[in-house]
Amino acid sequence: MNTANYLVDITMIMPELTLICVALILLLLDLVVKNKEVLAAVGIAGTLVALYGTYKLFVFHAPQSVFADMFVLDGYSNFFKLIFYLNIILTILISLKYMTIEKASFGEYYSLLIFATTGMMIMASAADLIVLYLGLELMALSTYILAGLMRKQLRSNEAALKYFFLGAFSSAILLYGISMTYGLTGTTNLREIAAALQTLNIMESPAVFLGLIFLIVAFGFKVALAPFHMWAPDVYEGAPTSITAFMSVGPKAAGFAVMGRVLFEAFGGMQMQWNSILIPLAVITMAVGSIIALAQTNIKRMLAYSSIAHAGYMLLGIIAGTPEGLASTANYLMIYMFMNIGAFAIVIMLRREGFQGENLDDYMGLAKSHPLASALMLIFMFSLTGIPPTAGFIGKFYVFMEVIRSGYTYLAIIAVIFSVISAFFYLRVVMYMYMKDPKEDVTLTTSSTLSIALAITAIMVLILGIFPSFLLNLVRSSIPG
Amino acid sequence: MVPLSWYIVLSALMFSIGVFGFLSRRNLIIIFISIELMLNSVNISLVAFSHYLQSMRGQILVFFVITVAAAEAAIGLAILIAFYRNNPTIKVDEINLLKG
Repeated sequence: MNTANYLVDITMIMPELTLICVALILLLLDLVVKNKEVLAAVGIAGTLVALYGTYKLFVFHAPQSVFADMFVLDGYSNFFKLIFYLNIILTILISLKYMTIEKASFGEYYSLLIFATTGMMIMASAADLIVLYLGLELMALSTYILAGLMRKQLRSNEAALKYFFLGAFSSAILLYGISMTYGLTGTTNLREIAAALQTLNIMESPAVFLGLIFLIVAFGFKVALAPFHMWAPDVYEGAPTSITAFMSVGPKAAGFAVMGRVLFEAFGGMQMQWNSILIPLAVITMAVGSIIALAQTNIKRMLAYSSIAHAGYMLLGIIAGTPEGLASTANYLMIYMFMNIGAFAIVIMLRREGFQGENLDDYMGLAKSHPLASALMLIFMFSLTGIPPTAGFIGKFYVFMEVIRSGYTYLAIIAVIFSVISAFFYLRVVMYMYMKDPKEDVTLTTSSTLSIALAITAIMVLILGIFPSFLLNLVRSSIPG
Repeated sequence: MVPLSWYIVLSALMFSIGVFGFLSRRNLIIIFISIELMLNSVNISLVAFSHYLQSMRGQILVFFVITVAAAEAAIGLAILIAFYRNNPTIKVDEINLLKG
């Protein structure tokens, strides 16, 4: 291949390159600029530039793979990149004031957020197991540090430690799966793996199946599927709340992006085999997430279990095994991002100097003193439960519809039962806010950026709930059947 | 010439020892070493496959794995030291602030 072709290839990764440059510039700016709000503004501006770049690539270039079929640009990757961009922008908006209160307002924070997002984007675009591994590690290593950013607080240290050890363990398992798949098929390219499985006629081979299990287990760690969810509640509780919001959406979306791509593109012919693992995983995940959350008194921990349960619902779209099913998972992730970051934004508002505001008791009677914040929390909790007219209902409805269409009606029934169970702990927050008397006065920490983030998330949750066709058309055109 | 299966068995054994060490040992440093053992067992199998398949991809991936493992060690030890400053222990059983 000549130089000119490589230059064409480089245009295709412009958004990722932009983000990496912005992250490096932020590291240097941190040395001279003392005001962290400037760094946050630069971070958001850089992300918007990259978002514009992705939009341009989407409009002007047909789906294609570059760098010798290692990096692919298609509607699927673009849709997930949109989730990552919105995720990082909303996270920066909710974290400005919060990180000052936690006395962890470092310039590296924004830089690491951008590096993690770049890793996720590389994962979404990976068409080769090597690139997938590198993107995954870039994301994971940045998030380990972010989880432990409040380094004076033991909770945060412990969260980072647990996240690191289990994350490193899961990436070793991923590598073993990659090496088995490579040894059996002779390639790491996803499309060539599919072709090799066909021509060598080894789809029934137990060794290939074992490699596939290793890969699914590793992705299961990243998206927190039970029984690989053990790290999630501890890490979500100990990490800074803004990072919890970031982690519960970004790495999960990236994990589902690669899971969908690897299973559909490389192991598309082995759907019977991977469904035999994924179906029990989905049922256990929904059960563990919904049932253990009932016993939680810390809201961050409760939202962690809720995010495990949601991973179970999202998995149903992949189990459906059709492109429409995959589209329903992507749609769910987009909706989940708005409602989850919104809920965490309210949790952040309760945090102030000398007051954690993470216990459910702290929400008692919040509606009397702060009606607007309570109303927003009500919207997010309804949406997480899946009650119309909020977006959460649309997300669940679409996933259940696709899984029924593929003939797994019993899975949809199980999922509905667990989402009824989950209503208990979501609506308990609402009950505490509206039907209990306040124990002590809670003052909310507000800031303009946090209000912007809350406005965006609340409006999106309502708009997507009432007029879902816009998002549904977008996701259907991105992931054509 | 050493047959491929010997390398694969060696790699599988090393990986199993690593997993066993990760799950059973109670010292953070030993757990860390177990993870490195798992990564290096993967490297052995990748290089062996790469040689027998006459394809370079496996060896390229090994270079990436080694590099990432170095970065991972740096970050892991940094997190460990940050933790140790607040709570001087490396016994897993004593790291139990977050639970429930």
